[in-house]
Amino acid sequence: MDEQSRLRVFLVDDHAMFRAGVRAELGAYVDVVGEASTVGQAVTAIAALQPDVVLLDVHMPDGGGRAVLESVRKSHPQVKFLALSVSDAAEDVIGLIRAGARGYVTKTIAPDDLADAIRRVADDDAVFSPRLAGFVLDAFAARPDAPVADPELDQLTNREREVLRLLARGYAYKEIAKELFISIKTVETHVSNVLRKLQMSNRYELSRWAADRRLV
Amino acid sequence: MRPTSPARRRLIAAHDPDRSPQKGTSLYAVRKLYRDPSRRLVAGVASGIAGHLGVPVYAVRVTFVALLPFDGLGALLYAVFWAVLSSAPGVLPKKRDKRQMLTYLALGLGVLLVQQMIGLGGGSNMFLGWLIAIIAIGAGIIWHLADPDRRRRWTSAVPNAPWLGAVVDETSRRSYLLRIVGGGACVIVGIIGISLVAAPHAGVGFTELLGGLLYALVALAGVALVIAPLLWRTFGQLRAERVGRIREQERAEIAAMVHDQVLHTLALIQRKAGDTKEVVRLARGQERTLRNWLYKPIASPTEKFSAAVEEIVAEVEDTYAIVVESVVVGDIDVSERVAALAAAAREALVNAARHAKVASVSLYAEVEADAISVFVRDRGVGFEPAAVGPDRHGVRGSIMGRMERHGGTSEIRSEPGNGTEVRLFMPTPEGRERHG
Repeated sequence: MDEQSRLRVFLVDDHAMFRAGVRAELGAYVDVVGEASTVGQAVTAIAALQPDVVLLDVHMPDGGGRAVLESVRKSHPQVKFLALSVSDAAEDVIGLIRAGARGYVTKTIAPDDLADAIRRVADDDAVFSPRLAGFVLDAFAARPDAPVADPELDQLTNREREVLRLLARGYAYKEIAKELFISIKTVETHVSNVLRKLQMSNRYELSRWAADRRLV
Repeated sequence: MRPTSPARRRLIAAHDPDRSPQKGTSLYAVRKLYRDPSRRLVAGVASGIAGHLGVPVYAVRVTFVALLPFDGLGALLYAVFWAVLSSAPGVLPKKRDKRQMLTYLALGLGVLLVQQMIGLGGGSNMFLGWLIAIIAIGAGIIWHLADPDRRRRWTSAVPNAPWLGAVVDETSRRSYLLRIVGGGACVIVGIIGISLVAAPHAGVGFTELLGGLLYALVALAGVALVIAPLLWRTFGQLRAERVGRIREQERAEIAAMVHDQVLHTLALIQRKAGDTKEVVRLARGQERTLRNWLYKPIASPTEKFSAAVEEIVAEVEDTYAIVVESVVVGDIDVSERVAALAAAAREALVNAARHAKVASVSLYAEVEADAISVFVRDRGVGFEPAAVGPDRHGVRGSIMGRMERHGGTSEIRSEPGNGTEVRLFMPTPEGRERHG
């Protein structure tokens, strides 16, 4: 990849040690153009720098990553967000996804996988960890008693379900494409569709689940 | 893990045969007279006495009723017994038998009618007996407030004035106040009645009595005004102290967790800093413990499939120093088949940990209406399935054989250099019904 097309990445995390680590690891793949440790700093700096992708910590003082997302997304819709969390509990992440993040990875992710995820998010694709895929399958499970208001948004297609299952089983996009005899681009489309459903659906389980944890 | 709540402990005590009152009536134990509310018609006095004397309950009850005409002696005795006797320990009150009560009520009425007809007793003495009974009832209401465990709580709340504890204790202050006022009213009415009946010619008229009562009330109000701030302050202190105690308890729990686990792990990591694998194992184990402590409700691995999977994942991570990325969707109660599935999944994890030469393995388990599926996948060295000899017990016996024996199926996919995936399927009872 030549210098011109290197992605500009911004780091938001309240742990200086973690920021330094990520900066060192990602240096080979992308340009880390700035970092912030508080919500206020992040909002100002992102508006000024207009990075391609923001790596956003879920847990921070003053409202966490969600507060950053909510204040930046309206004014700068072209900036993509990738949530990073140490907790790996879907309930911590789902709020960020619903607020507009394009994906979620855990902080233990390997550097090249992280670079891959950043590239994917910059291309407007979605990034799901196995655990997030598992949660979505759970929340969208075909329960006979669940009322469906909007079939387009409230249900997953069989194909999407298959893709999510393979994601949850630890398959990479390339492997999923091979397993299902489809192209990588099609896999990406399926995952993006699932992300859209996850963000837009008012499915009963989703709202109840989110309300239980006071997220929406 | 969860501590038994006090209410539950009490319930257990009540059902514990070793602590039931029958034990107290054995030959060698000291026999103490209790009320027996488990066989009560009114308050369990008669059944308690009957149990103590070894005579039929109805005999005691009839005696009480028969004593009614003698200046209300039956009621008086009953009230006094009730006030003085405490309820047998560990006995839960039962619902009263209304029909039986009606019988004795009719009997009592009959006895009183007969008394009226033959003119036995009666007059002021008769009235006196009933008044004393009222006083006894009032006193009883107040005394029964102070049964031992209640008293202990008050004493710990306000060490130098237990009675104050009763008033400021938050949990049931209202009912205590109600009982104290009600009991007090009974006693006062009884005493005033007696003084009226016993000395009707002392020149104390109704008006004077009312005036006296009013003055007494004014005096009481004055006293209340004086001690109200004290009561209020004590109440506030008590609440602050309770909040402090809870906070202190939580702090101690967190401190214990940090001290016993986190600091210990950090010390171990420092000592083994050179051994990467061991450091990862320690960190991973500690992470799991903290995570469980922070987020997860505790389910027993012998009850829930998801908990069973978590347990085997933890065990394999600990033993083989690898990371297992586990995702479980849905849940089901553990049965013999489900346990077999979990055991096969464990075997698959162990195989991957031993032979795949990787740092992490993925496990995905999904519970659907018809079947449970488990996938264990690694990106390790893989092997040629056809080349595995029949002596390889791990795969054939522990995974495939186990699944088949319990009505499930298994499939192993592997190619050299491209990792291995073990797929396990077990039909649920529902699924077996549907598909025969």
